[in-house]
Amino acid sequence: MIGFLIQRLLQALLVIVAMSIIVFLGVYAIGNPIDVMIDPASDQALREALIHRYGLDLPLIQQYFVFMSNMLHGDLGESFIYRLPVLSLIFSRFPATLELALTAMLIATCLGIPLGLWAGYKPDALSSKAIMAFSVLGFSVPTFWIGLLLIMTFAVELGWLPSGGRGPVSTVLGMPLSIGSLEGLSYIILPAFNLALFKLGLLIRLTRAGTVEVMSSDYVRFARAQGLSESKVVGLHVLKNISIPIVTVFGLELGSTLAFAVVTETVFNWPGMGKLIIDSITVLDRPVMVAYLILVVFLFVLINLVVDLVYGQLDPRIRVKASS
Amino acid sequence: MSEPVLSVKDLRTQFKIRAGVLNAVDGVSFEVGRGRILGLVGESGSGKSVTGYSILGLIEQPGFIAGGSVLLHGRDITRLTGEELRRVRGAQIAMVFQDPMMTLNPVLKIGTQMIAAVRAHDNVSRKVARGRARDALAKVGIPSPEERLDAYPHQLSGGMRQRVAIAIALLHRPAVIIADEPTTALDVSIQGQILAEVRRLADETGTAFVWVTHDLAVVSSLADDICVMYAGRIVETGPAAEVIAAPRHPYTAGLLASVPAEHEPGDRLPQVPGSTPSLANLPRGCAFAPRCFKAGPACTTTPSIQQFEDGRSALCHYPIESDSCQPHSSTSTTYRSAS
Repeated sequence: MIGFLIQRLLQALLVIVAMSIIVFLGVYAIGNPIDVMIDPASDQALREALIHRYGLDLPLIQQYFVFMSNMLHGDLGESFIYRLPVLSLIFSRFPATLELALTAMLIATCLGIPLGLWAGYKPDALSSKAIMAFSVLGFSVPTFWIGLLLIMTFAVELGWLPSGGRGPVSTVLGMPLSIGSLEGLSYIILPAFNLALFKLGLLIRLTRAGTVEVMSSDYVRFARAQGLSESKVVGLHVLKNISIPIVTVFGLELGSTLAFAVVTETVFNWPGMGKLIIDSITVLDRPVMVAYLILVVFLFVLINLVVDLVYGQLDPRIRVKASS
Repeated sequence: MSEPVLSVKDLRTQFKIRAGVLNAVDGVSFEVGRGRILGLVGESGSGKSVTGYSILGLIEQPGFIAGGSVLLHGRDITRLTGEELRRVRGAQIAMVFQDPMMTLNPVLKIGTQMIAAVRAHDNVSRKVARGRARDALAKVGIPSPEERLDAYPHQLSGGMRQRVAIAIALLHRPAVIIADEPTTALDVSIQGQILAEVRRLADETGTAFVWVTHDLAVVSSLADDICVMYAGRIVETGPAAEVIAAPRHPYTAGLLASVPAEHEPGDRLPQVPGSTPSLANLPRGCAFAPRCFKAGPACTTTPSIQQFEDGRSALCHYPIESDSCQPHSSTSTTYRSAS
C-alpha cells in the first residue's frame, strides 16, 4: 500500500515537471508580454528596462530554472496586471469555483445515478426512454445557451432567482462561501444546475449502461434465485459493480469542472477561477497563466490519485494487483 | 414413491421472438420425492435449463410460462407473483448454476453475499446470519469456513466456489434444489467430490434435487430417477439404473452408445446422426424421427406416452423392446460408427 502510494506520488511529480516545461514553452511561444503591457508609444529604453526587469532577456533555459526555483520556494510570480502574487490571486478566486463545482457534481450525482439505475433496470419503460432523451439533450445542447435559457426563465420571466453574480458570502470552514446562507444558495442554484447538466447526462448514460450489463449477469440471477428483494439486488449487487466507471468519470469531471467552468462562470458572471484565466489569457498575463495551468495539473493528479485509491476499495481484484 | 415434494405438470415455456413463438419447454411433467435426486438429461438446446429456470419463475423477457403447473408441496408456484414468489425462492426451492466463476458477485465478500441470502428470508441479526453462513460452509465440506467468509470469490478455486453456491442454496433447508449443470465447469476429481457431497446431503437433509445435466456418467452415479429431454419434451423417464441398463427410447439409446467409457480404446465412437433441431424449425410429429434408426411411417404424427413396467415410460411409436438381449451392444450396432 505504501509502496503503491510512493510510486503514484513519483509519477505525479514527473507529470507536473513535464507539464511545467510544456506550459512554459507554450507560453513563451505566444510572444513577448511586454508588447501588450506597455503603451505602444513608449520608447525603446523603457521597453528594454522592463524586459530586463522581468528577466525576459535571459536565455530560455535560464528563465525556466529561475521560474522553477521560485516555484519550489512557493513563489509563482506576480501578476503583470493586478500587481499581486499569483498564488494569492488564484486562491482568492478558488472558493467560488470550488463551491460551484462541488454543488454541480452533487446535483449531477444525486440525480444521475438514480435516474440511470431506473433507466437500466426498466430499459423498455416509457419513463426510461424519456430519461435517456433528456440525457442526450444534457450533453449535446451548448452550456452557454442553456445558461441563457435558465436566466430568461427563472430570473427574468419568473423572477424566482437572481440572474447572476455571487451574492452574499459567509465564512464556512475558513473559506468565504455562498452555500452558507439561503440567499447565497439562491445565487448558486442556476449556475450549478447549468454546470451540472452535461455531467448529469453523462452519469445517466454511464449508470444505465452498467446497470443493463449487471442485471443480465449470472450473479444477479443467482441473487434472485436466493429470494433477495429487488431493492437488495440493485442496492447490493448492482450499485457496487457499476461504481468503478462512475468513480472514474466523477473524478475526471470534478477536475475539469474545477479547472474549466469558464463558460458558466462567464454567463452567470460568477467570480471564479475560470474567469480569471480567460481574462489573463486575453491580456497575456503570463505568470497567472503558467501558475494556473500547473495548479490544474496538480489538481488532476491529486484527484486521480484519490480515484485510484477508491478503486482498490471498490474492487478487491484491483487491490491484489496493486499490492503484488 | 411417497407424496412428491415437487410435481411439475404439463409445463410449457415459450419465447416470443420475431420469427414466431418457440416452445422451449413443451409439456414437461415429472415428480421428485423427498431426498430423491432426479437427473434431467439432454443435449444443449433441449430445454432442460429453461425447465429449471421456469420452475423458479426466473424466465426473463421475451420468455414466459405459457401453461402447466409447478406444485411445491401441492401449491402451484407458477401462479405466485412478486413478494410471494420471492418468499418461495431460496427458502423452499433453491437453485445452483452452471458456472461457479459467474454466480458469485466478484466485488462482494462471500460472507456479505451469504448474510444477505440468510436475511432475505429470516429476520435475524448479522451475527446470527454469519454463524449460519459459517455452518452452511462447513456442511458442504469447506475447510476453515470462518476465514472463507472474509474471502472474495476470486480467492477461491472453482470447486470451492461451487461448494459455496451449494451452501447458499442449502441455507434455508429448501425442499428442492434445482442444480443446472453445476459440475460441468469443474475438474473431474472435484466433480466426483461434489457429487458424493450432494448424495450425502440429499440422504441426510431430505432435500430433493433436480440435477440438470448433459452428462450421462454423472446421472448414472448420482440420480435415483432420470428424465431424458429432447426438443422441449421429455422422451423417456424411469429409475436411473434401469433406463441406463435398457433404454426404451431410441434417443436415450443413442446418447448411451456415444459415452466413450463404454467402448474399447481405438474403436470408432457411434454417434447419433444429425444435430439437435432448431426450435424454430421442428419436424412435424416426433422431433427425433429424422435422426432415429427406428423411425417409421407413424413418426410423422406426435407419439403418445407409452407406459412400461416399474413406472417407466417413453414418448415413442416404436420403443425398443425390453426383451432385446444385451441392449448396449444392440444399440451400438444400430447406430453406425462415425466414418
